[in-house]
Amino acid sequence: MTASTRPSTRIPDIPAVITRSLPPRLREELENASSGLNGAGKKQAEERINAAYHAMQVEPGESVGLVAAESIGEPGTQMTLNTFHFAGVSEMNITVGLPRIIEILDGRKTISTPMMEIFLKKPHNNGKNIRELAMQIKMTTLQDLVLAFRTNLLENTIVIELDVKALERLDMSAADVQKPLGKSFRSAKISRSDNELTVTLNPTKGAPINEIFKIKEKLKGVHVKGIKGITQILPIKRDDEYMIITAGSNLKDVISLDFVDSERTISNDVHEVRDILGIEAAREMIVLELMKVIETQGLNVDVRHIMLVADTMCSGGTIKGITRYGIIAEKSSVLARASFETPIKHVFLAAMAGEIDQLTSVIENVMINQPVPLGTGLPQLSAKR
Amino acid sequence: MEEPQVASKKVKAITFGIFSPKLVKKMAAVKVITPELYDREGYPVDGGLMDTRMGVIDPGLRCKTSGAKLKEDLGHFGYIELARPVMHVKFASVLLNILRASCRECSQPLMTKQKQTVALKRLEQVEAESGVTNKHVAVKELLASMKVTGKCPHCNAKQGKITIEKPTTYLEDEKRISPIEVRTRLEKIPDAALPLFGLNPHVMRPEWTVLTILAIPPVTMRPSITLETGERSEDDLTHKLGDIVRINQRLFENINAGAPEIIIEDLWDLLQYHITTFFDNNIAQLPPARHRSSQPLKTLCERIKSKEGRIRHNLAGKRVNFSARTVISPDPMISVNEVGVPKIIAKKLTVPERVTEWNFERLKQFVERGPNAYPGANYVIRPDGRRKKITDETKEALLEELQPGFLVERHLMDGDIALFNRQPSLHRMSMMCHKVRILPYRTFRLNPVVCHPYNADFDGDEMNLHIPQTEEARAEAKFLMMVQTQLISPRYGLSVIGCIQDAISGNYLLSQEEAIPRHVAIRMLAQAGVMEFKTLPNKNTVSGREIFSVLLPSDFNFSGHSRRSKKSGKEEKDPSYVIIKKGKLQQGILDRANLGEGSGLLLRNLHKQYGPDQTIDILEKIFRLGVHYLLYRGFTAGIADTDLDKDTWAQVNAELNKADEDVRILINDYAAGNLEALPGRTVEETLEIRILENLNNARNKAGSVVQQQGTGTSHTRIMADSGARGNIINLAQMSAVVGQQAMRGKRIDKGYYQRTLSCFRKGDLLPESRGFIRSGFRKGLNPKEFFFQAMTGRDSLMDTALRTPKSGYLYRRLANAMQDLKVEYDGSVRDSAGRIVQFAYGEDGIDVSKSESGTLNVKRALEVEQ
Repeated sequence: MTASTRPSTRIPDIPAVITRSLPPRLREELENASSGLNGAGKKQAEERINAAYHAMQVEPGESVGLVAAESIGEPGTQMTLNTFHFAGVSEMNITVGLPRIIEILDGRKTISTPMMEIFLKKPHNNGKNIRELAMQIKMTTLQDLVLAFRTNLLENTIVIELDVKALERLDMSAADVQKPLGKSFRSAKISRSDNELTVTLNPTKGAPINEIFKIKEKLKGVHVKGIKGITQILPIKRDDEYMIITAGSNLKDVISLDFVDSERTISNDVHEVRDILGIEAAREMIVLELMKVIETQGLNVDVRHIMLVADTMCSGGTIKGITRYGIIAEKSSVLARASFETPIKHVFLAAMAGEIDQLTSVIENVMINQPVPLGTGLPQLSAKR
Repeated sequence: MEEPQVASKKVKAITFGIFSPKLVKKMAAVKVITPELYDREGYPVDGGLMDTRMGVIDPGLRCKTSGAKLKEDLGHFGYIELARPVMHVKFASVLLNILRASCRECSQPLMTKQKQTVALKRLEQVEAESGVTNKHVAVKELLASMKVTGKCPHCNAKQGKITIEKPTTYLEDEKRISPIEVRTRLEKIPDAALPLFGLNPHVMRPEWTVLTILAIPPVTMRPSITLETGERSEDDLTHKLGDIVRINQRLFENINAGAPEIIIEDLWDLLQYHITTFFDNNIAQLPPARHRSSQPLKTLCERIKSKEGRIRHNLAGKRVNFSARTVISPDPMISVNEVGVPKIIAKKLTVPERVTEWNFERLKQFVERGPNAYPGANYVIRPDGRRKKITDETKEALLEELQPGFLVERHLMDGDIALFNRQPSLHRMSMMCHKVRILPYRTFRLNPVVCHPYNADFDGDEMNLHIPQTEEARAEAKFLMMVQTQLISPRYGLSVIGCIQDAISGNYLLSQEEAIPRHVAIRMLAQAGVMEFKTLPNKNTVSGREIFSVLLPSDFNFSGHSRRSKKSGKEEKDPSYVIIKKGKLQQGILDRANLGEGSGLLLRNLHKQYGPDQTIDILEKIFRLGVHYLLYRGFTAGIADTDLDKDTWAQVNAELNKADEDVRILINDYAAGNLEALPGRTVEETLEIRILENLNNARNKAGSVVQQQGTGTSHTRIMADSGARGNIINLAQMSAVVGQQAMRGKRIDKGYYQRTLSCFRKGDLLPESRGFIRSGFRKGLNPKEFFFQAMTGRDSLMDTALRTPKSGYLYRRLANAMQDLKVEYDGSVRDSAGRIVQFAYGEDGIDVSKSESGTLNVKRALEVEQ
């Protein structure tokens, strides 16, 4: 028999056995449980728990990836496809169930229902002025404050009649509206009289009819107050404290508000979390979001599987979806990539680049009828020459 | 062939590259020159596409290159020389980039020498740091920057604009560049510059993608089939190659005859078309080549691609021998880790057993009984690998020569190792190892306890059985895949198997039974498989709990919630809270919370304390005890279970009438404009929410009224209460009221303009016109109600139908992305390239299938051993 070893050059040297000490939670529990015991008893208890803990460790070679995939894929067949779930009393609806899981695992840049949970700092979370605080966050566009637009083609003007009641509700004046308008329309002149704003357009610009109409539409969308992107707000009470749930997300602007507890405030948009708080936070967010969906469906999946998925998605420092463009494209093996999707493309690219498939992963070895380097296929016989 | 062989060769790596014309010629066995396939006698023509030098597909013929007969070797390539060079479609876009990024005159890359060295270094670095995929991206950027150069930095030539007319025609400043011209340009690109274009000069030259000769795949790769009529039907590839050879010949003739340029151009384009579709018949700009029956040909790319293609169908998935498939049916009397195999199947599936001097006589008897008597043997394999079928004729001779060293393929017998599987194989418990139990009839039998991990029922499900053929395979199956090793789910760390259906209701009733005659108890225990009765108290009547206790090990301690005590929240004080001390069930009701799968810790603790073998033994007995108790007691569900007494009916009706009245008031308020909107909602939405709230409330109240009725001893109630099947809502729907039918979280509002069905008035918001079903299933639904129920029924059917492929695809992606992550010897999780994904699996290295619901329960761990 030919003695063969898996070349050690493929995988960097791996230290032999690592003895792990108890994780903090277990240590704490052990201390609580053995608090009534004397010295010897304590020691015995610790040894016992240590032994139990080590007996529970995964064995080398265990194909944890596949187990994780199974653990998420199998309950996937039991999940509902009902896209929406109505959070609380409001009409705020969020994507749940299988579509949400797919959305997260795809690593989509734009998600279908971005949402934030805003926690407030101490004096603000007693609920006294929660409505006002919430209104400060909500994005208000000009459209929400206007009774009517009057366009005057002859004079090239648009007259905006403001809704006084709406202004009052938001504690704003017409001047507050004028400012952001002026900022977004530098070329136009804006004047104010009482509750009417007059936008005078630059007359030199071409076809006025078209132009005026377009500008009118643009005006409607001008952001005058609050935080961009937050389309709805819902103040709620959770465990003795008031907080705000929003539809739409803008993590950066929200956590820079002085009354917001920036440490606990979160957004469900994983990419946004990565951009603002970094990859570690994004990874945590993926875990939380996936767990939330799975739990609301009444299913039971251990966090470790979810963590492994989140870690594979984030291990490169950016969020890579589980798609042929994401982590599957990162695989080192040509055949593994080809066996997933678009095989022709992968084979041609590999041929031109002269790639070499080292046959280190599963699917290539299945293809050529060799033992797979996982589990019992891992140990190799090595002989001295 | 059958002789287990020592693997002496191993594939270490596979290098990808492109054949040069030279190499194609060198490895070819034939130069194909004629489109004819067979001569008048039906023999392959020399120099034709079926030339026997490319391998043979007919029995009796020999390959002229290697002398091999049918199926003895893989065949040999041939080639044809093309009259004019032709583009290869699959490289068209790459060549476009190269042509744009290199000088039209001198073929140097449009980049100064210094810049080239910098760029080359960067590419190398990118590849080393982040892999080939990122290198491709970097190359793309590089090419994009080169193609905008207007003037060659080497020879100062002006650069024309190169465009592509898909699929394979290049134009420079609107003028066509012929493949010959393309080829000469490519030839001039120096080797050193190729990496800039993402090409590896060690495995390819760009001009090789402009074909001057075409490799012909071996005959064995495109076998013809002989129809019943004796007619031959050629493979799609052969058809396509025939077209290519024919057009190529004509092109040659026309060129030699000095035909006008137009004719030559036309033929050249036609050749290009045929060669393009030979590679890929699904090019957007080209009409696919078709059979005479107008069915598109399946050419090279289509053979590889997609689920039915070579890669996913033949390489990643394989067919096996020694397997069987049939309908399954239940048998609680066989063990959990057994599988009942019909005798007919056992006579076909065999296990190879090597003859030694110790088993010589035994195996001889198998051979003597032959293939028809059970247990016999089907084949004898000689040490030289020759396999002999045992028949009445060969039997004597085989018996004569049988000696140690031979292999006998004997019939499957009790106790043999088998793998049992049900599709879809969504988790590892979908394929487990069972011990064979030969049984009569024609179905596989399995213990209903293992239904859950397989997700099987007996409404016609079929399952597969595989018989491992080597000692290694059997050992792995037995020690790693045996049912009892798979008890604890790696998904959530609890038992995946447990009692189901009758076993739960049986034990539920048994644990509440106070007096059972001792002889009955003994009989039930015996039926459950218990042979030792000394732990049963020596009294005339024994309680159900005492009977149950006989099954438990005498040092087992446990306490846990039953379904009822979990609700009440009281622990020991609630008489239904389960307490087991020293193997005696002291109090409590056994129900799904403790016996069922995926819930409760009773089974998990048994497993932890006594190991898997004893756990399944106890579980089996518990199951059988439950079933046999039901047989003794009698258990049935009937229409009478849905009876409601007068008072209850009155209460139900009162609730429903009240809800009806409330809704009317709400609607009137709304109509009068008195309804106040909820925050963030319009008045209409508020109304809908309030109505829905009211109606759901009414249904729930009706449900609890039904629940309170009588003593709750109807068998349907027992099933619901024990958790064996169904719930109280189901019962209420049968006997009292079905309730509101909701779609997308709203009452039904689709259908006609402003109304759901034409029998209602427009704008009607009353319960009955928006899908409230006031009847119960027992009374029967009126036509409107029936229609509403059909609507929601269809909706949920759609949901299931749409979900299955979606979640299937998600699963495939996950599995593909993560299949090569494994735990290394240092406890870290790494992928196949050695990149670290986690430093410790799951942050603490705990294997979920060894944990208790994902954790180590410190308290219990200390308790158990004290």
